[in-house]
Amino acid sequence: MTREDIFAQLTEIFQDVFDDDEIVLTDDTTADDIEDWDSLEQINLLVAIEKQFKIKFQLADVSNLENVGAMVDLVEKLVG
Amino acid sequence: MSVLKYPFDNAYILKKKRSIKKELLAKENFIEKKIAVMSGSTIGEIEKILELFLLDYGIKPEFRVGGYNRYYEELMFDDGSLAAFAPDFIYIHTSNKNIENLPVPQDTAEEVQAKLEKEFAKYKAVVEKALSYGAVVIVNNYEMPFYRMYGSKDAVAVQGVVNFTTKLNMMIADYIATKDNVYLNDINYLSALVGLDNWHNLENWYLYKYALSVDKIPDLAFAIAKIIKSALGKNKKSVVLDLDNTLWGGIIGDDGVEGIAIGNEQPAGMSYTEFQSYLKKLTGLGIMLNVCSKNEEAIAKQGFTDRKEAPLSVDDFICFKANWEPKSINIANIAKEINIGEDSLVFIDDNPAEREIVRQSLPTVTVPEVKSPEDYIKAIDRAGFFEITSFTKDDAKRNEMYKQNAQRAAAESSFTDYTDYLLSLNMTGEIGAFSTAHCERITQLINKTNQFNFTTRRYAQSEVEAIIEDKTNYISAYAKLVDKFGDNGITACFIASVEGTNANIDLWVMSCRVFKRHFEYAMLDYVIGKCKEMGVKTITASWIGTAKNVIIKDFYESVGFEVTLDTETEKRYILNIPEDYEVKNKVIAMEIV
Repeated sequence: MTREDIFAQLTEIFQDVFDDDEIVLTDDTTADDIEDWDSLEQINLLVAIEKQFKIKFQLADVSNLENVGAMVDLVEKLVG
Repeated sequence: MSVLKYPFDNAYILKKKRSIKKELLAKENFIEKKIAVMSGSTIGEIEKILELFLLDYGIKPEFRVGGYNRYYEELMFDDGSLAAFAPDFIYIHTSNKNIENLPVPQDTAEEVQAKLEKEFAKYKAVVEKALSYGAVVIVNNYEMPFYRMYGSKDAVAVQGVVNFTTKLNMMIADYIATKDNVYLNDINYLSALVGLDNWHNLENWYLYKYALSVDKIPDLAFAIAKIIKSALGKNKKSVVLDLDNTLWGGIIGDDGVEGIAIGNEQPAGMSYTEFQSYLKKLTGLGIMLNVCSKNEEAIAKQGFTDRKEAPLSVDDFICFKANWEPKSINIANIAKEINIGEDSLVFIDDNPAEREIVRQSLPTVTVPEVKSPEDYIKAIDRAGFFEITSFTKDDAKRNEMYKQNAQRAAAESSFTDYTDYLLSLNMTGEIGAFSTAHCERITQLINKTNQFNFTTRRYAQSEVEAIIEDKTNYISAYAKLVDKFGDNGITACFIASVEGTNANIDLWVMSCRVFKRHFEYAMLDYVIGKCKEMGVKTITASWIGTAKNVIIKDFYESVGFEVTLDTETEKRYILNIPEDYEVKNKVIAMEIV
């Protein structure tokens, strides 16, 4: 799976979770860029990402994800 | 909304909660309720998903979410804000993470016992305090731990957490069984249902302090929503069942009565037999069963009469519609005949085309997706159509009473003269002043009757007791009615306050089961007799309009009262009691006690 594929699927998840079709993700997107993205939504995103890519995050993986780029890196690593 | 109906897709609900909510809010006619959610661990998504399920039940919640893990402090030492919020419901979200003192292998048996008593005392104090806010309280029991120090022996060793949790849950169950307005949310069963390995999620706990796996939150929220809708009287009341391949295997018209699969001889028969047994048990909870099947009636009935292995019999059904009319018409008629809303019906049919037609033409009837007979019970059970929160003697007898009503309706249609029909019922009654023995039933009747209720005044049991004591200032009456089909019990109550030579009717209620039986005349005859004994010359009365009591708007003038005020929402009356008052009831043999 390419980074572009992962980006496309992540964008769809973000659009679903925040019910906002206008969301566009970049490597640098952080919680500050999306109004409703708080720590509670963070877990919702992670659960949705796990289901979508059929992967399982570990505690150490997700404790300090700085931005969307880090999320994509992590998914890329776990999807293999 | 179909995405929220069992079996739902948890991940989908979690992901799409915002758009689901938007869609639900587009509907109208919500009941608004205030719900305080008290936190023993993170609430976040639980509140949001609970809101979806409640909206789907037509309940619009206003939430007050407590501070993280502050349920004890906020309930026990309220700063006034919880009381000011005036919740209708309080949900206390605790889990085994909130058990302060779990046993350890080093404990003596006495130490474990002391821990158990301490935990239970705390639990009980919290529930008692929650009740003091005047709300309905919903509280979890405890789920099993995710590891066991003793392995299987954890269930046996007093130091085992499984043993401890089992005992604690039993103490909680016994306690709640004695309480009104407290409902247990059985997360012990729920976590077993989804599997403990799926329920416990340590990442979610360490990172976000969720006491259960986030993707199981829809299951938890659904369980809470089912309790709330049940407490608000939004349960289903009746099941409408297809026959061929729903209550037995095969098609009775083609295969013949001996050819259908029922009974425990072969696997297919077993699945239908078990489903019929389940339905038979439902009737014990006051749920009414009906048949709606495309069949010849005489042949269809043989499936029950000629196959003794069938747990259900023809008598277990209120309405038995086996004909070739469209099912939507039969179902609408069933609702009319037993006099309940179409939205109280659940329709079970193995045929997807029939299900779809009923969904299209009767959108308020619930039509679960059922696949094969071994799934039928699960489809009904998990959906919680009949979630029980309270259960009275009346509920247990509901089937019988509705069946009697159906017989009365059939009898009525064979008479052309209504009085002849009433006489044919061989009615007898009993009427007398309120007494302590009937106090509880009288209070219940006063507080739940909405149609034949002129003033919709509600009385606490203590107020009813006061009226029993005071025989000079009040005329009170309870009345029972029996007919050839059965005993209706106490179905009417009356209270008038006497001042000088006038009696004012403060309250008059009658159950809709006994409308139009001249029972109301029998009561009026009794009251006028009492007035004469007490030297009362006039009776004043009123009708205060509500959404439900329009049916009796013109009752008083029909029995000779004079109208003194007549508006859309209120009418007032006076009756000068004639010296030669002629009794109005000529069909019920009343006994005055």
